[in-house]
Amino acid sequence: MDENAITLSINGRDTTCFVRNAATLLYILREKLGLTGAKPGCLNGDCGACTIDVDGEPMKSCLMLAVEGEGKKITTIEGMKQTTIQSQFIEKFAFQCGYCTPGFIMNCHALIQKHPDATDDMIKNWMESNICRCTGYKEIEDAVKTALRQANQNTDG
Amino acid sequence: MNWSIGKSPTRKDSLEKVTGAAKYTADFIGAQMLHVKLAVSSHAHAKLKKIDTAKAKQVPGVHAIILGPASPLTGDEVKDRPIMASDTVRYYGEPIAAVVADHPFQAKKAAELIEVTYEPLPVINSPKEALQPGATLLHKDLATYEKIPHVYPEANTNIANRTKIRKGNISQGWDESDITIEENFSFSPSDHTAMETRCTIVEIKPDGVVHITSSTQAPYKIKKQFAEIFGLEEGKVVVHAPFVGGGYGGKVATQLEFIAYLASVAVGGKPVKLLYTREEDMVSAPVRIGLDASIKLGATKEGKLTAAEITYLIDSGAYSDKGSMLTKAAAATCTGPYNIENVSCDALCVYTNHPYVTAYRGFSHSEILFVFERAMDILAKKLKMDPLVLREKNVFLPGMTTPTQTVLNHSTVGNLPNCIDKLKDLMNWDEGMVVRVADNKLRVKGISCSWKTSTISGASSGVVLLFNPDGSVNVLSGIVEIGMGTKTILAQLLAERLKMDINKIHVQMEVDTKVIPEHYKTAASRGTLLAGRALLKAADDAVSQLKHIASHVLTCSPDDLEVGYEKVYVRDEPETFVQVKDICYGYEFPNGNSIGGQVIGRGNYTLRHLTNLDYETGAGKSGPEWTVGAQGVEIEFDTTDYTYKLLNAYSVIDIGKVLHYKAAMGQVMGAMSMGLNHASAETFQFTQDAIISSPRLRTYGTFRYGDHPQYHVHFFETPHLDGPYGARGVGENGLIGMPAALANSLSIAAGVELTKLPLTPESIWRAKEGDEEK
Ligand code: FES
Ligand code: FES
Repeated sequence: MDENAITLSINGRDTTCFVRNAATLLYILREKLGLTGAKPGCLNGDCGACTIDVDGEPMKSCLMLAVEGEGKKITTIEGMKQTTIQSQFIEKFAFQCGYCTPGFIMNCHALIQKHPDATDDMIKNWMESNICRCTGYKEIEDAVKTALRQANQNTDG
Repeated sequence: MNWSIGKSPTRKDSLEKVTGAAKYTADFIGAQMLHVKLAVSSHAHAKLKKIDTAKAKQVPGVHAIILGPASPLTGDEVKDRPIMASDTVRYYGEPIAAVVADHPFQAKKAAELIEVTYEPLPVINSPKEALQPGATLLHKDLATYEKIPHVYPEANTNIANRTKIRKGNISQGWDESDITIEENFSFSPSDHTAMETRCTIVEIKPDGVVHITSSTQAPYKIKKQFAEIFGLEEGKVVVHAPFVGGGYGGKVATQLEFIAYLASVAVGGKPVKLLYTREEDMVSAPVRIGLDASIKLGATKEGKLTAAEITYLIDSGAYSDKGSMLTKAAAATCTGPYNIENVSCDALCVYTNHPYVTAYRGFSHSEILFVFERAMDILAKKLKMDPLVLREKNVFLPGMTTPTQTVLNHSTVGNLPNCIDKLKDLMNWDEGMVVRVADNKLRVKGISCSWKTSTISGASSGVVLLFNPDGSVNVLSGIVEIGMGTKTILAQLLAERLKMDINKIHVQMEVDTKVIPEHYKTAASRGTLLAGRALLKAADDAVSQLKHIASHVLTCSPDDLEVGYEKVYVRDEPETFVQVKDICYGYEFPNGNSIGGQVIGRGNYTLRHLTNLDYETGAGKSGPEWTVGAQGVEIEFDTTDYTYKLLNAYSVIDIGKVLHYKAAMGQVMGAMSMGLNHASAETFQFTQDAIISSPRLRTYGTFRYGDHPQYHVHFFETPHLDGPYGARGVGENGLIGMPAALANSLSIAAGVELTKLPLTPESIWRAKEGDEEK
């Protein structure tokens, strides 16, 4: 089993680990680094449960090789502390089983950072990449819209 | 004024879930852990001629390859299923072999190198086909399979169970009717699609204790089944259920746990993990039922139902798992929430070469209601009557008799007329069911009514309350936290009972069957009733212990004391009290004498007075209470291409008592979404050979953000006297009327009686074209 050492910058720290060239970033995060917040749901880009943040963009970590992560700034749910979107998810009861939650939060967070003034259409376009099977999406809608409103107020002044 | 009930305290699992700290089964990772991957069948029905593992064994990292043993057979009610196929495969995707290796990629590579030679057998692709004379028998040994009493497999057929309902006199019912309708309905099996695919970790310790960690709704059932099937001592089987990423009934079944156990045995008890791929989770694991139904209804000119004759053929797939109990539930609920004096119904659990079925949220109620509530609309149309008025004339009221001949009372059934009235209001019913909004666009309303009980006799639950030295309490309950927030509700019930701060109540999320008292299964919307009642009893037990100790401290009779506000106080002199924290670990008098010890409250609850159903008539008490509801859908329909948009969805449910408002809303909206999703998009597509084409999320059609309608939810509170604070089960009611309501609105919109699911523009077009050809 050929493994090479790579260095990844995750949640503000550099970590060196041995990976197979074919290993996905999701696999390495979970199995080698113990960062199990990103979840496997389909392993082919359909569900968004594995979403992380790579250089400010939401990225499905099951679609990315670990070796591609070198030199990039990676943030996982474990790197998120007391963000507005997290408190809004709690406040609005935007999860039930919670399995889709880390992926949704990472996706929402990137949206809020990049487009605090996102329109309804844009929110829909972004959120469509994740699946939640427990909620009826209403609570997620409330959470993301409130968080966006708060982000907007902050940028306005 | 309620202390905590009816409010919406923050969920106890909030912080863990929004930070990624919450651990699900697959999140337990160990350097020593080995990984299992499956080889599954590429045929729906075939003899296994040869399984060649020679190449697979060569793959580096492989420890063992396990083939399906012919015995023991497994199954909940009828033992008809081998752990993996041994000589015959009966559905596409059925596990055939399991490979254990150091790393998942190695196990997968080896599994792909296993060469299977099949000899194809004739395929049965629907319950109707299965019942044709001369149909291939899927289980030749059906007559000799072990089974529980009260299921009735029919030898030399493909029928795994039959439940009959015979109420009143059916020919008299037809005589009394002025008008009749007849219709057939059908749909294929579909999937639960929880976001967490099923996963299990099994390890056998040197002392023989088997540890199973699993994404399960039924950890205590796994314990019992392991003991029974593998001949283990129950005390040596420990099941851990951490957070579960959605179940909806699908994780009630035990399947991969058995395979992983064989895998662990094969590698000397080392821990092995088996995580299903999405494709395996959809197809190899058990699924939701399909149905072929035929129904005939009779009514008077005035719209009083006089007779119903119904056949429900439940597509149970290759094995029966929960199929036989789904059949029983289908029969017991066969007429929907309507009083009909003369009923004849046969519900059959039928084997086919489809993936086998297990429980699904609603436990066959949404499927049966789709049929019955569509039939009600067809009848209303023939009577030229408002469909809600027809329903109002026939709804179940206290004093009436269910199809299983149970007499309802004010506690056991909610108030459906109230729900219907409110629904009219919310939907602006008087506006009319169809409004043209553009040349080719119609806004159309459809409705349905529902009722739901749980046919779960013998179900029980236990709760233990452990006091901490600071007066806070740990709640131990065997309920699995699969998303409903039941553990938060238990904390609420305790906060209410003890009038204490909910933040000082700590709930144990992970279930460990060795140390946590048993809870039947986290299913059937009965968590709150069973565990809630057990908790209240445990609270009473703790209260009497606290009073006992306090009576010595305060030198009075325990009868004069009350517990609340974290104190034990004299009832008519509340300023005389002792703090709970000063006595919950016993009390030390100033002279050094001590009394009492840690307060440990115990309570349990078992559903009472449920009975088996009589084989000939179906008579018996099938469930504890019936939650009723009225639901509606409003769509915008394009008459040129049959596409439609879900605008509004309505649920008015008599919930008994709202315990946690936001959790109840979340359950109901989530369930509504799931019901609409199933009705509008979800199904397995079978080829002629019963091969499932493209079992993956991309094509399966799960709703995404933005597909959801506006939700309108209203609760009534007619108490169920047995329920904690009067609460009724609610986890399924949001779902069960939705497929019928959507189908009713689309039938009106398209001007054709829709009888199949899912309701895609294409299927509507087909129904319409077929109709025009006639
Ligand atoms: S696991 Fe990555 S998108 Fe589903
Ligand atoms: S909360 Fe369960 S899938 Fe979203």
